[in-house]
Amino acid sequence: MPDPIPVPDSISELQSMLAREEYVSDRALATSLFLGLRLQRPVLLEGEAGVGKTAVANALATALGRDLIRMQCYEGLDISHAVYEWNYSRQILEIQLMGSGGGLDRRSAAKELFRREFLIERPLLRAVEHDGPPPVLLIDELDRADEEFEGYLLEMLSDYQITIPELGTVKASEPPIVLITSNRTRELHDALKRRCLYCWIDYPDFEKELRIVKVKVPAASQALSEQATAFVQELRKAELYKTAGVSETLDWVAALVALNEQLLTPERINETLGILLKNQEDIQTVRGDPVSAMLDRAQHRGVSLSYAGQKPSTAWVTSSKT
Amino acid sequence: MGHLLENLTHFARLLRSLGLSVPAGSTIEAARAAQHINIGKEDEFRFALRTVLVRRAEDLQVFDAAFRTFWSKPSGTSTKLDLRPLGSERRFGDPVVEMESLTGASDTPSEDAQSHLERIQISTYSDREVLREKDFKNLTSEEMAQAVQMLKELQWRPAPRKTKRWIPGRGVSPDRRKLLARLVRREVDPDPPPTRARKPTPRRLVLLCDISGSMDRYTRMLLWFACCLTGNLGRVESFVFATRLTRITKKLRGRHGRNPLREISRLVPDWSGGTRIGETLRAFNVHWARRVLGNGSVVLVVSDGWDRGDPAAMRREVSRLRRSCHRLVWLSPLLGSPRYKPLTRGLRAALPFVDDFLPVHNLASLDRLAAHLNRLPAQSRPHSERARPEALRGI
Repeated sequence: MPDPIPVPDSISELQSMLAREEYVSDRALATSLFLGLRLQRPVLLEGEAGVGKTAVANALATALGRDLIRMQCYEGLDISHAVYEWNYSRQILEIQLMGSGGGLDRRSAAKELFRREFLIERPLLRAVEHDGPPPVLLIDELDRADEEFEGYLLEMLSDYQITIPELGTVKASEPPIVLITSNRTRELHDALKRRCLYCWIDYPDFEKELRIVKVKVPAASQALSEQATAFVQELRKAELYKTAGVSETLDWVAALVALNEQLLTPERINETLGILLKNQEDIQTVRGDPVSAMLDRAQHRGVSLSYAGQKPSTAWVTSSKT
Repeated sequence: MGHLLENLTHFARLLRSLGLSVPAGSTIEAARAAQHINIGKEDEFRFALRTVLVRRAEDLQVFDAAFRTFWSKPSGTSTKLDLRPLGSERRFGDPVVEMESLTGASDTPSEDAQSHLERIQISTYSDREVLREKDFKNLTSEEMAQAVQMLKELQWRPAPRKTKRWIPGRGVSPDRRKLLARLVRREVDPDPPPTRARKPTPRRLVLLCDISGSMDRYTRMLLWFACCLTGNLGRVESFVFATRLTRITKKLRGRHGRNPLREISRLVPDWSGGTRIGETLRAFNVHWARRVLGNGSVVLVVSDGWDRGDPAAMRREVSRLRRSCHRLVWLSPLLGSPRYKPLTRGLRAALPFVDDFLPVHNLASLDRLAAHLNRLPAQSRPHSERARPEALRGI
């Protein structure tokens, strides 16, 4: 028997387990995940791009010592890429070999052809059929898939079983831990939402983001981390087509470290703006004077914060998406 | 437990009264969740109920307010009643005085008048022809009722796009699954080999309708147009704007051709105000484009182009809008007049980025619009292509 899998007894314990995996979670998120585990229900994580939705699945899987099975959604995702597919090329080859051997009847031919070895397993089937402790199943960016697929998923999430007409039904002995993420590029169907626990992940506030930066980019000095975080916080107040997520902050701070920056200057920010903002119009909107003004306000805040000596209250998160 | 469940039931009822959708089973789910946590801790209890009972980011604030009121100690001064304004705000937007010109009993085909409207005989062919060509602004209330009826009969079938999903059908990609099935059935030489094709789906339409003062005489018909379009196609996103952008999609859905005007007038804060098209388009680009413009939508902007804003802003936002959609169509009621020339600064800034510049002043023009949308090319235009201003008039 393998060692019993650690399952947290309380929300705080889950939070500190995630923190050991360098994921900073707030109380609301930890509560949703904890209840998801206890009630064996999928958790739907919604939020803007780059707030750490995918990262939480990675951290949770590592913290609980489970395998992570990730399914990236895209338009046109169908059963043959999400659940299973027969290896048609090999089957057709096989049937030609059988034909030359001269004679199986139809029924035994079908039996020969639809054997397990010709089945290609895709993420959902792997998650249901998994040996050992239930894995973490991450269904990433479900809003990108089309509505037909959502319908299928709904069915699968209700009983965690998959029927392959040629082979029979596969049922999970224990349901996987399901996390679903969505960037809200479209509204998910209500029926699916009803199956899930819901958690909205917002952009982190200054304290939380600073903690994340310190955990993820330890090479950055305290002063630089504070300054950069405060600047990003200011940047998010501007009305932009697409603002910077936490993963952009982390990339940016890492870049500043690589450039050997000790302190931010407006020139340096202007030069590296492309790491924070990925949209030409947005860069034009903030480049120059707006950047200087934001940096001013950010520095002001940094000063007041270091004097206040405040202590970050809760936990936070995230690795940049890999 | 008994008390808790009872309280949760009351709480769920409160949430429903505030407009949240709380399915019946989730109260029990919430009670189950409560067994796993320390309900003595207020935050823990709140987050647990929230993750079970709330399904949409927009509802989080309402939930938190309701939670504080409902579960706080009775010594507090606030009661359930305090939440009423919150609920009404959520469901109806800012309370607005109804515009007499829009919903006044005098000439609007109101919901009560619906049955009357059904009975109106659209008499003869020539009557219909006259009505088809008559400018919306000159319609009498009776003619408008008939026009609405004819509007409902228009068939909207925008040219489909190919999705990434495969279906059996004539195509270039071999359907190996079917091929195998035939081989198993001993059809030795399946000829022609089975193929599969991409599934087509109608393009989504996004309608941005100007309801500022200068559009006043067209607004009512254009909202009916939006309503019929939604009833006909389902997948239509509609917004109205004068100085602010308001999404009216949900008000138009499921109305089955009933009068949408009264409810929309309640929702919209800036009826018949001035226009700042550039800024409203910016609001659309920033807040809505990513959520409603996925998968090659066709955008219809309905406006006469009278704009008090900055032409540079207009140029920037229209250009961005064009780049994020499959096709950008600008509809103007003024194009109905043969002498009209699009000379306003705002419109001149916008037109180079517009794919089609078409009239919407009478039923015949809507008919032509429908035909135009049905014939849209499947391929998006190349990015370098710029519509030539002289080619913009008419279809």
